[in-house]
Amino acid sequence: METLLEQIEHGKLWQFPGGIHPPEQKSVSNQASIGRIPLPDYLVLPLKQHIGANGQLLVNKGDTVRKGQPLTRPGANWSLPVHAPTSGVISDIKPMPSAHPSALPELSIVLTPDGEDQWCELSPVADYTQLDNQALIDIIHHAGIAGMGGAGFPTYVKADSARHKPVEFLVVNGVECEPYITADDLLMREHAEQIVQGIEIMQHLLCPQYVLVGIETNKPEAIQAMTAAAAHNDKILVRGLPVKYPSGGEKQLIQVLTSKEVPSGGIPADVGVLVQNVGTLFAVSEAVCKGKPLIERVVTVTGNTIQTPQNVWALLGTEIKHLLTCQGFEPVSEQRVIMGGPMMGFTLPTVRIPVVKTTNCILAPDNQELAVAGSEQACIRCSACADACPQTLLPQQLQWFAKGKEYDKLEEHNLFDCIECGACAYVCPSEIPLVQYYRVAKAEIREQKLEKVKAERAKERFEARKERLEREQEERQNRHKRSARSNTRSAEQSDKVSAAMERVKQKKDSQSAVQAAIERAKAKKSADGTLEPDNSEVALERAKRKEKARQYKAEKDTQATPEMHAGGAGSRKDAVAAAIARAKAKKAAQQNDATESSATAPAASDDPRKAAVAAAIARAKAKKAAKETEQPDEAQPVEADAEPEDPRKAAVAAAIARAKAKKAAKEVEQQAETEAHEEAATEPDDPRKAAVAAAIARAKTKKAAKEAEQQVDAEPDNAAAEPDDPRKAAVAAAIARAKAKKAAKEAEQQAETEAHEEAATEPEDPRKAAVAAAIARAKAKKAAKEAEQQADIEQASSAPEQESPANNAPLSAEEKRQAAIKAAVARAKAKKQAAAKDQEGNDLS
Amino acid sequence: MTLFYALIAIGALALIFGLILGYAAVKYRVESNPIVDQVDAILPQTQCGQCGYPGCRPYAEAIANGDDVNKCPPGGEATVKKLADLMGVEAKPLAGGEEAEPIKKVAYIREDECIGCTKCIQACPVDAIVGATRQMHTVIADECTGCDLCVDPCPVDCIDMIPVAQTIQTWKWQIDAIPVKQID
Repeated sequence: METLLEQIEHGKLWQFPGGIHPPEQKSVSNQASIGRIPLPDYLVLPLKQHIGANGQLLVNKGDTVRKGQPLTRPGANWSLPVHAPTSGVISDIKPMPSAHPSALPELSIVLTPDGEDQWCELSPVADYTQLDNQALIDIIHHAGIAGMGGAGFPTYVKADSARHKPVEFLVVNGVECEPYITADDLLMREHAEQIVQGIEIMQHLLCPQYVLVGIETNKPEAIQAMTAAAAHNDKILVRGLPVKYPSGGEKQLIQVLTSKEVPSGGIPADVGVLVQNVGTLFAVSEAVCKGKPLIERVVTVTGNTIQTPQNVWALLGTEIKHLLTCQGFEPVSEQRVIMGGPMMGFTLPTVRIPVVKTTNCILAPDNQELAVAGSEQACIRCSACADACPQTLLPQQLQWFAKGKEYDKLEEHNLFDCIECGACAYVCPSEIPLVQYYRVAKAEIREQKLEKVKAERAKERFEARKERLEREQEERQNRHKRSARSNTRSAEQSDKVSAAMERVKQKKDSQSAVQAAIERAKAKKSADGTLEPDNSEVALERAKRKEKARQYKAEKDTQATPEMHAGGAGSRKDAVAAAIARAKAKKAAQQNDATESSATAPAASDDPRKAAVAAAIARAKAKKAAKETEQPDEAQPVEADAEPEDPRKAAVAAAIARAKAKKAAKEVEQQAETEAHEEAATEPDDPRKAAVAAAIARAKTKKAAKEAEQQVDAEPDNAAAEPDDPRKAAVAAAIARAKAKKAAKEAEQQAETEAHEEAATEPEDPRKAAVAAAIARAKAKKAAKEAEQQADIEQASSAPEQESPANNAPLSAEEKRQAAIKAAVARAKAKKQAAAKDQEGNDLS
Repeated sequence: MTLFYALIAIGALALIFGLILGYAAVKYRVESNPIVDQVDAILPQTQCGQCGYPGCRPYAEAIANGDDVNKCPPGGEATVKKLADLMGVEAKPLAGGEEAEPIKKVAYIREDECIGCTKCIQACPVDAIVGATRQMHTVIADECTGCDLCVDPCPVDCIDMIPVAQTIQTWKWQIDAIPVKQID
């Protein structure tokens, strides 16, 4: 059994499956030698004429260039330079229609030849065997050589491939199996020596075991010429191949010459083979031995509409139109001009397209020669396409999938192994343009893959962004937390104080009884001692009580959530809150007084926002109440109860609270006084306003009086801060109460005088005056009633008040309720009376 | 007695298999719903929110939970078909009467009109817009998914969605097209 090498040496050839035998039509153009055509008026040089990336422009518009001068510089990614095919001026650099079925514009250099055809300085290599591989590869690279068989793969990449994998066979493709095309045939006939030189350069680079030159037997002159040229080199084996389309396909040629099959999706290098076109090898030889870059190529201009079909040397960038014109083009109706062969070429949308490195044939057939494709018929499943397929694919199956856009299935059926040779479409009795379907499907799949890659990247970017946003938010939160923590730390010290205050607030509940007592006393006083009772006091009392109740509730709430106070609220916050609350309390008092309505209190409780305000008020009140704690006999025991383990601290806290309270009281007092004076003085012109102002003033004076009382209370309290002397404290309290009473009286008197003043200032409105009088009367009645009631309760509560402060809470609550009822009754009565008075007033007037 | 042995045997078998199954459930545990990943892989990842979900993955999750597969206009009919195949449901035409083959678009900022408000930058789900406050912004066309989300926030309406220009790389053979001929 012979080895593969021996078989190859003996000239054995193999078969590839499928294939067709279309009419060759080679004799049309292979009779004449390769001609030269006159220089065109201008050359259009697309920057990209191969597979890979553009080079970078080296010239500008208006530059004068010489023949062979590089116009672009190759970068990375398989980029190749383009060179000036002749000397001349760069007249423009702009997008021009490209040599592509779409003719979409691509950036191109437009060169206007000067006709001198002056070469730039060339640097030929005398003996390439002296050069190392890299230098040779660089020469090939910078000569801009791309595969000239059709695909335009950069040759330097192939020449460099031996570095990655040893090349067993170098296959030289001189098959040229497609009908009409004779460019390689003529090139081999005329330039066999240079081609062999190119082969030897590649041999030097790749060191293959054998170089196999495949030429179809329908080119006997070429085979002869090549055999003669390669006679000196026993490693170059020239083989005549049976004529069959598409034996010039890379994979088919490898199979015919070496019996090796390129795996699906693989490249020839996978089986240790490298394929080069004869045209490419000629260009390599020219580049290395003569220093000439790739600036021209052989193009077959053929077809029935061409008078002198022939192969010509065409400068790259020559317009197809110029080529056709030079060969005597006589267009017929519906003329088609095909770039490439009839099997694999494409119809040009326009003839104003340049010759590029991969252009091997321009076919201008008339309509009899190459029939216009008829209308597509339904597939009859004759399987002729499957028999013809050189890649042993299932064309009809692929067609179904392509029509149904089942791209997954297409890939499963190895669509990408299709070499688009067109054999299937050629044999199809239904004239189905199978290859077109495959091309569309391939483009679609490629696009989908690209999109998938893009989608993947978009997803990555989206997720990265999401992560970033989350991180940023977290950082922001951390920052907030940190600052909050530092705030808490600074507030910790004041927390102690506030804690103490809280305790005091708790105590306050029990003291409401004391206050109630004071109030009662005042009420009594107003009932007894004043001839014209001012019910503003009562109203204020009522409001206060209500507020206290609210504050009671609020306090309960705040106690339930003590962290609100302990954690977040610093002393400053408290102070601010207190200030706000104070202001609110004032306003509330004013409202109560002016409208004589207790609606605000219940209304406040049902609205959450109002409730919040109320809570703030309550907090403020609690503070105020803390000031009012200074009844030693009650305050101290409670404090002791609350904090038995630390009485001294509590005492200190109480002292601080008291001091604060004093200050606050004083301030309020002063404010109230000044305000009262101001109001009284500045607003006499508007009787109603005046009345309101008076009411406010009254309220204020009352408050001031109370605060004064408190102050008075606080003073003895300071002295009697220690719980060891309850009796003294009691005495002090009694004195304080007395003082408070006196203060209250004074305040009342003040209010009365104000009321008188008001009355005096509004004589012009008898009706209003009457109403006011009625109201006053009603108030007086109410006050009297309340005072009575309070007196009763006081008697009842005076005993337990001293014994157990705990009992006071329910009592005061009861009292409050009763007072509220009474107040409501009184209000109703007052209204009635006022109405009566009103009528009276009306009658009078 | 036979009954007793039988019960013991069956019980023992049940116990053994139960243990094996329990072990397998722990050992070969599938972390996330694989169908969600598969659906997500089909979706075009424009993150445009035209489906009504805040991104492609949320929609994938919704599809896995039984939502319609025809809510992705950027994906077009192809995506609907793939999703329908995957989910085993009937492929419906795109909701909202969108065209079957969406035209690829990218955002373009008319740079001399841009005021540098950064609103589009915040809106872009894939960070494809570069710029800074009071500096001109521009779109990285390669990264733009054409989701439209930057158009609305622009206060000066300087963002256009322009169709992606066809290049030789993206060009497709047109089977039905009448070849354009210009012989002169």
